[in-house]
Amino acid sequence: MLEIKNLFCSINNKEILKGVDFTINPGETHIIMGPNGSGKSTLASALSGKPGVILTSGSISIDGVDITKENPTKRANLGLFLAFQYPMEIPGVSLSNALRLAYNNKTYPTDQKLSPVKFRKYLKEKAEILGISDSFLERNLNEGASGGEKKKSEILQMLVLSPKYVILDEVDSGLDVDALKKVFGAIRDIGDVGDIGIVVITHYQRILKYITPDFVHIMVEGKIVKSGGSDLVQQIEEGGYQKIDVRE
Amino acid sequence: MNSNFKTKITPTVKLDKGLNEETVRSISRLKNEPSWMLEFRLKALALFNAKKMPAWGPDLSAINFDDLYYYIRSQDEQKKSWAEVPAEIKNTFERLGIPQAEREYLSGVEAQFESEVVYGSLKKELEEKGVIFSDTDSALQKYPEIFQKYFAKAVPPADNKFSALNSAVWSGGSFIYVPPNVRVAMPLQAYFRINERNMGQFERTLIIADCGSYINYVEGCTAPVYSATSLHAAVVEIFVEEGARVRYTTIQNWSGDVYNLVTKRSFVAKNGVMEWVDCNLGSKVTMKYPSIYLKGEGARGETLSLAYAKAGQNQDVGGKIFHLASDTSSRIVSKSVSAGSGVSTYRGLVKISSGVKDVKTNVICNALLLGKNSVANTYPFIEIASRDVSAGHEATVSKVDEEQLYYLMTRGLSKDQAQGLIVSGFIEPIAKELPMEYAVELNRLLEIDMKGSVG
Repeated sequence: MLEIKNLFCSINNKEILKGVDFTINPGETHIIMGPNGSGKSTLASALSGKPGVILTSGSISIDGVDITKENPTKRANLGLFLAFQYPMEIPGVSLSNALRLAYNNKTYPTDQKLSPVKFRKYLKEKAEILGISDSFLERNLNEGASGGEKKKSEILQMLVLSPKYVILDEVDSGLDVDALKKVFGAIRDIGDVGDIGIVVITHYQRILKYITPDFVHIMVEGKIVKSGGSDLVQQIEEGGYQKIDVRE
Repeated sequence: MNSNFKTKITPTVKLDKGLNEETVRSISRLKNEPSWMLEFRLKALALFNAKKMPAWGPDLSAINFDDLYYYIRSQDEQKKSWAEVPAEIKNTFERLGIPQAEREYLSGVEAQFESEVVYGSLKKELEEKGVIFSDTDSALQKYPEIFQKYFAKAVPPADNKFSALNSAVWSGGSFIYVPPNVRVAMPLQAYFRINERNMGQFERTLIIADCGSYINYVEGCTAPVYSATSLHAAVVEIFVEEGARVRYTTIQNWSGDVYNLVTKRSFVAKNGVMEWVDCNLGSKVTMKYPSIYLKGEGARGETLSLAYAKAGQNQDVGGKIFHLASDTSSRIVSKSVSAGSGVSTYRGLVKISSGVKDVKTNVICNALLLGKNSVANTYPFIEIASRDVSAGHEATVSKVDEEQLYYLMTRGLSKDQAQGLIVSGFIEPIAKELPMEYAVELNRLLEIDMKGSVG
């Protein structure tokens, strides 16, 4: 269970999150929607432990382990994965090398280590699911990659690390329809296979064509103002975020 | 491999500390040299005494020329098989992985211990093709004609104070001659080891690549840690004849008490190619600016330089390229990493003579700072006296990007691992030019050194 309790956080002394509460159980898919500037991406940063995002109050825990004060490495090693809206380019570092180090660091579900040869085979299997070519695996991490390639690379990294909880920050931006189908197909597949908790952060309703959420949360001005099922999305489509009746 | 260990051995010859005319005469007498070489040495000594220490660059005032050994011989003659090399010295090179490398991926090896080359080998098929790979002292005796034609013609003793010093007391180093159109596929490696404290090592390397030939020469340097100043002042001269290509790769990992002051110069004839790949990881102070004189039309020169300066180290390195003919091109790529309070400096000069046409040059220097107190300096000079020139220059100084660190950490890498990857990515353009075994070793050395150095 990924549990976020009454989370307050600020960036440069400006309060962005003002008391966020929600809980993701293994196997659930949550969508967080909200207008630009509502704090959605800050929530993703806060969960992953980004430096500069200061947690002033509240707590985050993974399967009962409090990670509020842990660094991003520890959080990742416990099974949390963040797919970035804007993945970083790391010049000169091959995707496969970086990913093998990451794979061999993780402690879930076992602390199994893979040799370079075995890892390579495993990586290729995952790449095939997404239709990623071998030559892409030899390339440097996001260096000179297109927006779509970067997003695919994030999903590949997610598949390889097989986390317990994933946060997908605006994963749909910059992808064409074909790529979207592949990416969400892969997300659905891992959702079906394992007991994975998925949080999708987006401001496009079109994402519902590809994924069926168990819960939808509406975030406005640093708070989740309303939670519900996928029918919530319908309301937004009709009336925008302003028309959401938070009193219900 | 760890290079910080001392070998216990009683030298067969050890001249007293200090430098005077008698030191020079003794060295020449011990080597049975022809009289012209003794005269050359004595003139060089006078030049050394007359020249002032360089007034620019790092502080060299801690070098006490009276407190150095100028000549130590550890065995009586050079050996052709490791079995004949005294066990202590053989073990030294075993621990440094040299005999294994020789078996696996080298065309030939030379190992210098203190002042003399103690071991030399060259693959038989290369010997049959007329390739000469010997220590420079033997070459003076065995190949006097070719030796005299080239020796000190690229770096005259008067070039600078340390080339004068080297010319006065030089000993050891590699002499290589590659006949026309012979390609030496696998590298030839020389390994330089300083073992004694307060040692001065002054090897002299001379490489002649005849028309259309190819050679890749690799040198490695190490010494144990003593907290007593040692000095390494080498001279390297390279002659790239028409259509030939020479790649000279250095992996310098001296201990932190060695002053490494080296003069390297290459003359390149028509359509020849010279490439310096210069990696400086160790030493207290390094001053080294490998230079290339593009003398013939169509000649090309490239200097790829990597410097890593940690606390207490000053890496003052760069390159010089002189375009003396038309249709010549050059490239300098310099990457430096400074950690702790380390100082790295790029000092470079590209000079394009008047009247030459169709010249291209590009200089890129990138510095990466790891510590809060680390320093990177850049002094790039480009002097152009011709109009028909395409010149590019780029210089950057950056810190390890926090966002990149964070990104890699969210994958589950530790901060040290993430930084290690970012640094190895930064130096990759140079590392990929090294033979694979050396690239692996380079990354490993950096990994060990950088642990916990995140500022």
